[in-house]
Amino acid sequence: MQQVKPLDHLVLILGALFMALPVIVALMSSTHAAIEIHSNGLYLTPGGDGVETYNKVLTARGGFTGDVTGLLMLGNSMIMGIGFAVGKIVLSMTAAYALVYFRFRFATLIFWAIFTTLLLPLEVRIMPSYQVMSTLGLLNSYTGLIVPLLASATGTFFFRQFFKSVPDELLEAARIDGAGPWKFFVDVLVPLSRTMMAAIFIIMFIYGWNQYLWPLIMTTDESFYTLMRGIKSILQVWVGSQIPDYNEAFALAVLAMIPPIIVVVVFQRMFIKGLTESDK
Amino acid sequence: MATVTLSNVGKTYAGGVDAVRGVDVEIKDGEFVVLVGPSGCGKSTMLRMVAGLEDVTRGEVRIGDRVVNTLDPADRDIAMVFQNYALYPHMSVRDNMAYGLKNRRTPKDEITRRVDEAARMLELAPYLDRKPRALSGGQRQRVAMGRAIVRQPSAFLFDEPLSNLDAKLRVSMRGEIRRLQKRLATTSLYVTHDQLEAMTLADRLIVLRDGAVEQVGAPLEVYRRPASAFVAAFIGSPAMTLLDARVSDGQALVGDHVVAPAAVPAGEVTLGLRPEDLRITRDGPLPMRVDYIEELGAQRIVHGFVDGQKIAVTETGAESLPADLRLSVDPGALHLFDVKTGRRLPQTVTRPEAVPA
Ligand SMILES: Nc1ncnc2c1ncn2[C@@H]1O[C@H](COP(=O)(O)OP(=O)(O)O)[C@@H](O)[C@H]1O
Ligand SMILES: [Mg+2]
Repeated sequence: MQQVKPLDHLVLILGALFMALPVIVALMSSTHAAIEIHSNGLYLTPGGDGVETYNKVLTARGGFTGDVTGLLMLGNSMIMGIGFAVGKIVLSMTAAYALVYFRFRFATLIFWAIFTTLLLPLEVRIMPSYQVMSTLGLLNSYTGLIVPLLASATGTFFFRQFFKSVPDELLEAARIDGAGPWKFFVDVLVPLSRTMMAAIFIIMFIYGWNQYLWPLIMTTDESFYTLMRGIKSILQVWVGSQIPDYNEAFALAVLAMIPPIIVVVVFQRMFIKGLTESDK
Repeated sequence: MATVTLSNVGKTYAGGVDAVRGVDVEIKDGEFVVLVGPSGCGKSTMLRMVAGLEDVTRGEVRIGDRVVNTLDPADRDIAMVFQNYALYPHMSVRDNMAYGLKNRRTPKDEITRRVDEAARMLELAPYLDRKPRALSGGQRQRVAMGRAIVRQPSAFLFDEPLSNLDAKLRVSMRGEIRRLQKRLATTSLYVTHDQLEAMTLADRLIVLRDGAVEQVGAPLEVYRRPASAFVAAFIGSPAMTLLDARVSDGQALVGDHVVAPAAVPAGEVTLGLRPEDLRITRDGPLPMRVDYIEELGAQRIVHGFVDGQKIAVTETGAESLPADLRLSVDPGALHLFDVKTGRRLPQTVTRPEAVPA
């Protein structure tokens, strides 16, 4: 039996508060009017303008063209998140499959070459990437937003390690059972990788969801606005005596948190199930 | 159902390892042949060449009347059972067995019929919807066998299928495999390093050493007339004692002690004596100094030295033994091997076919 130690709990409670407080502040402040926030600072108690603010944020048309609503931005962020997650999983799984199961010359060399280049952060290769997309005429398109960032060192590396841990006999049994390379991949490797896929999905969804710089550069058309840009643009209206709509920024931030939370909760359950189910 | 023929088959791995050298074997239709040898002697390599999982470097592998050297494993009409079962972890027992048939586009009702039949034969019916992880080791291996059976292949290949099981289960599974193979009469090639498994299962044994065939024969034949000192020491438990001896004037001697008459040319020999062929007698010709005794219940193994060389004797007595014993042995129980080549020396005297009582 573990003894309950007060000090441990104190540390845990403080830690939890430390993590949760900013979220609570954002949520509470979003229910107050902008002017109140401007004059009184942040709130820890709920205010009376919540419904109105969230309604406005989700449906009111804004931007220069007057077409951008919160829902549109939410949709765009969703496309980015899911596009990234799914695309990266598909691409890195197939890449890892080729690297592990097909013997071609310099495979290891190629792997490490890919790996090191992909380890460079996006910011380093953002100009050449932009150049390529611009030449291909893919600016202001979902393709241009998603495809160039799909190659994933992390994903490829994780899947490669996972495939290497699958016993060779499984491949051999499948070969004797008449499964070709494609069938083996689809019938055996993909189902076995579910845990891995869930983990990568969480990471990559949030990566895509939080993208700011790349959409900022790639798109000029406001219909491609994502939540991250929306939050930023609300805060950027500091002209003359106008004050930013703090409440709306907070509301958007709170909204922006919800889908990642859902993804984490759903996939974590799959993830843990996968971990406890696998036997080896 | 088919014959499996290996003609002068050899395998050299990329690193330059000669894993299999010049193997000639013919497995008859419906025969159960066991490949046995110490670990690393090339058994798996040979089996995998028949399966098509490993390229054949030299020679020719035939299944039935087809040369299969370059054929895909799936096209060789064989089924294989692996040591670690190699079941698909995410598929139910039924799907595991059905997978190979599905890939061959077997009609659905035919698949169901064959899987159900195999499940009945292997007593797996209650587990058909379970995942492999919810099964015990023995049940998993039965599923692996079921997967082989439903395919109705021309040959079964087994690579140490019982090595992951505990001793008791191993014995019962051994019987089950034997019964199943007799019933289905499917040509089988079975790899093991366990000589007992080999002896009990095989119609014919192939003893492999360093990638080459040392002896081929029925289990009892190999046991009674091992073709070399290596086979003599490998087959049989407790292992045959091998003594440095010499022959002069038609007598085999260990040190200065005459053991028994031996009809081979005079000179140095390796003398093999099975522990069960030796008897402890009051006036036997061989003096033995007892080292320690292993009690097995039904019998005991007495370990000791003759002329400074290790020797073992089995006997069924229960009373305590003196430190010094005398052993005697029938002339027919002597195994004589060439000192240099290790090959068996042909004796001119006909050897009585008596099995020790
Ligand atoms: N893929 C391989 N590459 C190189 N050498 C191998 C390979 N597989 C086995 N060997 C070598 O070939 C020899 C025979 O191996 P194996 O057939 O597995 O023996 P066994 O099954 O009798 O224990 C061993 O010396 C082993 O080290
Ligand atoms: Mg082996």
